[in-house]
Amino acid sequence: MVHWTAEEKQLITSLWAKVDVATCGAEALARLLIVYPWTQRFFASFGNLSSPTAILGNPRVRAHGKKVLTSFGEAIKNLDTIKKYFAQLSKLHCEKLHVDPENFRLLGDILIVVLAANYSKDFSPACQAAWQKVVRVVAHALAHEYH
Amino acid sequence: MVLTGEDKKLIQQTWAKLGGADEEIGAETLYRTFHSYPTTKTYFPHFDLSQGSDQIRGHGKKVVAALGNAIKNLDNLSQALSELSNLHAYNLRVDPVNFKFLSQCLQVTLATRLGKEYTPEVHSAVDKFLSAVAAVLAEKYR
Repeated sequence: MVHWTAEEKQLITSLWAKVDVATCGAEALARLLIVYPWTQRFFASFGNLSSPTAILGNPRVRAHGKKVLTSFGEAIKNLDTIKKYFAQLSKLHCEKLHVDPENFRLLGDILIVVLAANYSKDFSPACQAAWQKVVRVVAHALAHEYH
Repeated sequence: MVLTGEDKKLIQQTWAKLGGADEEIGAETLYRTFHSYPTTKTYFPHFDLSQGSDQIRGHGKKVVAALGNAIKNLDNLSQALSELSNLHAYNLRVDPVNFKFLSQCLQVTLATRLGKEYTPEVHSAVDKFLSAVAAVLAEKYR
């Protein structure tokens, strides 16, 4: 069971309240596909991924990024029960989507950079540390039901 | 993994924007690393790790200066970083997993300073560069 200090919860939720989920989600997923192009292997059906511009503008990438970050946001509302919250999604990513959990770690780190760029003033070392913990815990929870 | 001509240009342009704030950027990067990845502190038992300490500032400046030198020699990273590669392999023996942690924290530091200018293309080029540096630093480990 992950322990969250009051300070960590405060840093996490106060930044989250400012986050534009559609924009940041789209940007995070797009950057994953741009910075680590091999991750495009999961999105062959998404259409044009031929350049950073194409990826950033791709409506399916944007929509999926929003979906992913929305789910993330729900987990943040349930920090104390993250494993339980992600159990079904974990099974889905293993059994249907066949996604290597390393990709969850890559996306988590990319999300951190997106937050840092968009919310610079808030992204102190303590804030980053709390968020690195969030993405690590989410990645772990998403990998938990793999077999 | 290959740094394209475009990557190199973006890296050099980005570095130029930092205005030689080697010490500040280095200190912030190191402090973020110790804070987000506490296991990295095991390599610095002899340091005062409080924010803004002389040792963090001094060491941060050194790290960023070395990266700056690497950026001036992007066509020959192996040679430019040869001494540091020896140092890390035979002397410091920092586990290479830590190079990723430092890379992440340097990128966060850059992103907080550059905001929207830390575009996906810049992000990609810098991530590739730091990955290439890490590979050179680890290449003599065994």
